[in-house]
Amino acid sequence: MLKWIVLAPLVGAILNGFFGKRLGERFVSIVAPLSVFVSFVLAALSFKNLVALPANARVITEHWFTWLDVAGFRADFAYLLDPLSGIYILFITFVGFLIHVYATGYMHGDPGFYRFFTYLNLFMFMMLTLVLADNLLLLFVGWEGVGLCSYLLIGYYIKKKEAGDAAKKAFIANRIGDLSYSIGLFLIFTTFGSISFVAKAGVPSFLTQAGVTTTVTAFTFTLIALLLFGGATGKSAQIPLFVWLPDAMAGPTPVSALIHAATMVTAGVYLIARCSAVVVKSPTAMLVIALIGAATAIFAASIGLAQNDIKKVLAYSTVSQLGYMFLACGVGAFGAAIFHVMTHAFFKALLFLGSGSVIHGMHHEQDMRYMGNLKKYMKVTWVTMMIGWLAISGFPLLSGFFSKDEILWKTFSSEVFPKGTGTLLWVIAALTALMTAIYMTRMMVMTFWGNERYDGSPEIHGHGHDSHGHDDHNAGHHGHFTPHESPWTMTLPLVVLAVLSIAGGLVGIPQAMGDLVGISNSNHFEHFLEPVLAHAPAAAHAAADTHGAVAGVAQAASNTAPGAAASHTEAPHDTSLELGLTGVSVGLGFLGILIGWVFFKKNPLRGMPDVLENKWYVDEVYEDVLINPIENTSRNVLWKIVDVKWIDGYVNALAGSFGALAGILRTTQTGFARSYAAVILAGAIVVIGYFISSLMH
Amino acid sequence: MLPVSFGLAFLQTAEIAGAPLSIKLSWCLALSAVLFTIGVAGVLIQRNVIVLFMCVELMLNAVNLTLVAFSRFLNDVTGQLFVFIVMTVAAAEAAVGLAIIISLFRNRETLNVDEADLLKL
Repeated sequence: MLKWIVLAPLVGAILNGFFGKRLGERFVSIVAPLSVFVSFVLAALSFKNLVALPANARVITEHWFTWLDVAGFRADFAYLLDPLSGIYILFITFVGFLIHVYATGYMHGDPGFYRFFTYLNLFMFMMLTLVLADNLLLLFVGWEGVGLCSYLLIGYYIKKKEAGDAAKKAFIANRIGDLSYSIGLFLIFTTFGSISFVAKAGVPSFLTQAGVTTTVTAFTFTLIALLLFGGATGKSAQIPLFVWLPDAMAGPTPVSALIHAATMVTAGVYLIARCSAVVVKSPTAMLVIALIGAATAIFAASIGLAQNDIKKVLAYSTVSQLGYMFLACGVGAFGAAIFHVMTHAFFKALLFLGSGSVIHGMHHEQDMRYMGNLKKYMKVTWVTMMIGWLAISGFPLLSGFFSKDEILWKTFSSEVFPKGTGTLLWVIAALTALMTAIYMTRMMVMTFWGNERYDGSPEIHGHGHDSHGHDDHNAGHHGHFTPHESPWTMTLPLVVLAVLSIAGGLVGIPQAMGDLVGISNSNHFEHFLEPVLAHAPAAAHAAADTHGAVAGVAQAASNTAPGAAASHTEAPHDTSLELGLTGVSVGLGFLGILIGWVFFKKNPLRGMPDVLENKWYVDEVYEDVLINPIENTSRNVLWKIVDVKWIDGYVNALAGSFGALAGILRTTQTGFARSYAAVILAGAIVVIGYFISSLMH
Repeated sequence: MLPVSFGLAFLQTAEIAGAPLSIKLSWCLALSAVLFTIGVAGVLIQRNVIVLFMCVELMLNAVNLTLVAFSRFLNDVTGQLFVFIVMTVAAAEAAVGLAIIISLFRNRETLNVDEADLLKL
């Protein structure tokens, strides 16, 4: 059954790719969402089977065929369903289905309709392969596959140069990460002799081995964890490889929602959570992950404050929220990270789809400076986007509130790092939460409130010319422009996602709040995930050397059985502190909304600092420091000297010397039969003479 | 079998007669060498392709003579077997060679090998 979860979208992609053009838009808009829906139904059924198993044995594997089995290197086409991948396939297929439905409305009338859905279905196939893979190599297949689909879809508008450039940028930035990933994979194989997440042919999985081993050095663990994280920085857009994600907004909006917000970019978090048993063995790597996560979060949030393109705001917001997830991974709160992945998938997909609806209604105007007062024209979009806005800002009891609060608390209470580090990280994360609320409020205010500023829009101008060719070219002819609400195929997914953004957090209410209202065991989400995720060693900096082996055994136990009962018994003692911090983060959220409202309600076009508007000049710095030197070296040294002079010179000289030799030898070809006969005779005489002379001696 | 039997019969008769006429191996080899040299010289000197062809045949038969002579004096029939092979090849060669000569003549109206020089650079 797991196999068909993965293959259903592939069938859709094949049908759309080969017959979609001929059979037309109606066919494609039925097949594409349907194939994902089939996948969702199967995923839900599999998930039900998984939950029915006892809590410490929730693993379903499905061996399809053995792919590689060479000298101990074993990689199968086999699928693994456990709580972690179960949650992922559920939200991927469900959000994916909604976005497919939405896209049938959004892409209506596009000449490349079938092509778009072929890529989109192919993406679903690859993403599900990534998540359900039972070894690192198959995961890498999916990892590369989603990268390819991302490339194809960012560059979907093939006539726009910026789209092609953005696609290339995304691909190249991802390649750097992928290199790191593959080296990490090799290192895992040479260290453990296994790349599977489950035991294969008597060899225990590398995760189990990492838990119990005493021979592998801390340095190796650090190296492996950092290499895997290097892969994750590419895919999940973290510093230093985040630059591709904002540019990726050149693709169609459903793509931004599905790939660049909800699913693909969270693959890095999935990877780190999947390999948590390895990551927790290296406090150094965890510190790096936490610091980069926190830095990315606040850095991207600051850029998001000053963007004018509605999708760019959301893109930087996504980078920032991904930073949050990695911060959670870094402090060992993998469960909280995955929780945030899920809630983020809901509310960020909602916000992106809402922005797509706005763009659709504004005739492809994306600049918020030309919007305003859309609440009058787009009621459904407005209300649903408000829910997304409140959810991401951490409004109490919405989904984002729970997951974000969980991350903040886990960061504050982290005992992995030396004293003070956790608090510092918490301060950064809290500031990010404040900024998140501000820029989201700014976006909402600029879009839905204030005065109508449609007149200045070049896009609407252009559209007016197209559809009203009889108009003269003087200004003001488009005064009758009114934005319109989107069709039901687009608003329905918005409503469903809005409901999920409200209620999605209720599966994982932090225990401190659960105690407050008298629910014991309220954090179902974390308990559910516990068997697959490793626990960060408490005060690892002190215990790493002396108790390494003991802690390792304990972790191995926790991999197979929920051995975290101890942590629950001692959890309630400081709920007052936790609740106090929750109060602080709620307060920051409200403060952010207030600041945004006060600042931008009156003057939506308030100028923002240049340095933020220009994204801290990161692209320019990369251009000067990395790209230009590489390009110059390539052009002036590698091409003009190494290639033209050395390599070509060598090859040409070789060819020339043979030519000269042949010029000499060809003079023997006289063309006269009798001269050939004479040569034969001479040869015969020489040979015979040789034998005679050797006989004589 | 026929030419070989003749040769053998001739040599044997000469010996049985007890006459001083005893053919020595060296005579046969000398004759063979002379014939072969005539053939080689002809191939190198002559221009007429038919003469050339006959010279090649002469060389082949000079070799045949050597083989037969050794066969006789060493009492080993293997040499005669070789002669058969050489004669078969010579027959085949004659067929192909004459066909080529006819074709050459039809195309170039000449039998002079020096004029058949299209391979010359």
